[in-house]
Amino acid sequence: MGMAAESQFHVLAVDDSIIDRKLIERLLKTSSYQVTTVDSGSKALEFLGLHEDDTTNPSTPTPCVPPNNHQEVEVNLVITDYCMPGMTGYDLLKKIKESSSLRDIPVVIMSSENVPSRISRCLEEGAEEFFLKPVRLSDLNKLKPHMMKTKSKDQLQKQEKQEEKSVFQSPKHQQQENKEHQQQQQQQQQSGNNKRKAIEEGLSPERTRRRYNGITTVV
Amino acid sequence: MDVVQLQRQLVDYRASLYHEAFLDEQFTQLQELQDENNPDFVVEVVSLFFEDSERLLNELTKALEQQSIDFKRLDAHVHQLKGSSSSIGAQRVQKVCIAFRNDCEEQNVEGCLKCLQQVKHEYSLVKTKLETMFKLEQQILAAGGSVPM
Repeated sequence: MGMAAESQFHVLAVDDSIIDRKLIERLLKTSSYQVTTVDSGSKALEFLGLHEDDTTNPSTPTPCVPPNNHQEVEVNLVITDYCMPGMTGYDLLKKIKESSSLRDIPVVIMSSENVPSRISRCLEEGAEEFFLKPVRLSDLNKLKPHMMKTKSKDQLQKQEKQEEKSVFQSPKHQQQENKEHQQQQQQQQQSGNNKRKAIEEGLSPERTRRRYNGITTVV
Repeated sequence: MDVVQLQRQLVDYRASLYHEAFLDEQFTQLQELQDENNPDFVVEVVSLFFEDSERLLNELTKALEQQSIDFKRLDAHVHQLKGSSSSIGAQRVQKVCIAFRNDCEEQNVEGCLKCLQQVKHEYSLVKTKLETMFKLEQQILAAGGSVPM
């Protein structure tokens, strides 16, 4: 696989609902991401190359692939439903963050239920974002910055392992990002759904305190 | 009927579905995800919804026929139905599911039975409405017109 700087981001989407998998796939593809969907946490871990009984790998020296990591495909972000039978999205998040080979992959949680304690638990465990379902295109605009971080990190690691590789980010890419941020702001203003707005406003890291103001619990 | 009349009929019909809360904003979101590269997206998602809902309604019926009702299992199914109806914008179905979950939590058998009846009713209504809408769209396309957004 070529390592062009503009290669697509690959998102792994996890949801036990076939309807929601179809939806998230379309949303992600519309946002120009490569998508793989699986219907369970254990399948997600399998895809990521982690076996369920692996937790933290014993300290390995420099960046080298741990013996049981069969991850062939690079995953730049995992987006997962919270409520799933067997392994919940939270369990999956934990397993990813506990794995030395996977912990840098950003994880986003989705849920149809607005439960503040659930949201904070996930964010504390390392989730980058928490989206209320149904997820919208405007929510996905928040994903790119998280993926950009990993992408450059992965590329640096690969550089160390291989011979020469030139890593660059095209200026056009950055311009696009700025444009998307502007569009996202406009969309947020137009959104008539107050609940969604409250969540959106609350999720930036600086505003931890204000996160749960104005949110009414929906059953 | 000519294309323009059909198109007008469709627009009015859609408006009525929103007006009567059969559909909500989320359905519009689905339509916006459809394009020339994915021309059947809405029909595909809605078909999945029909299949999945029918499966869930069967499960709910069976669960409520048991001698000793497993309310947790019941709730799990309703939760799924609530989620999928919300995902496609089937607002009235979703609303009944919310009430249904309350009855499950309270282990109120009578309430659950009533809700099951209601949700079946709302589901069959929205199914008919959506199928009618899709048929209108097909008619427009067959007559050489384009489906209005």
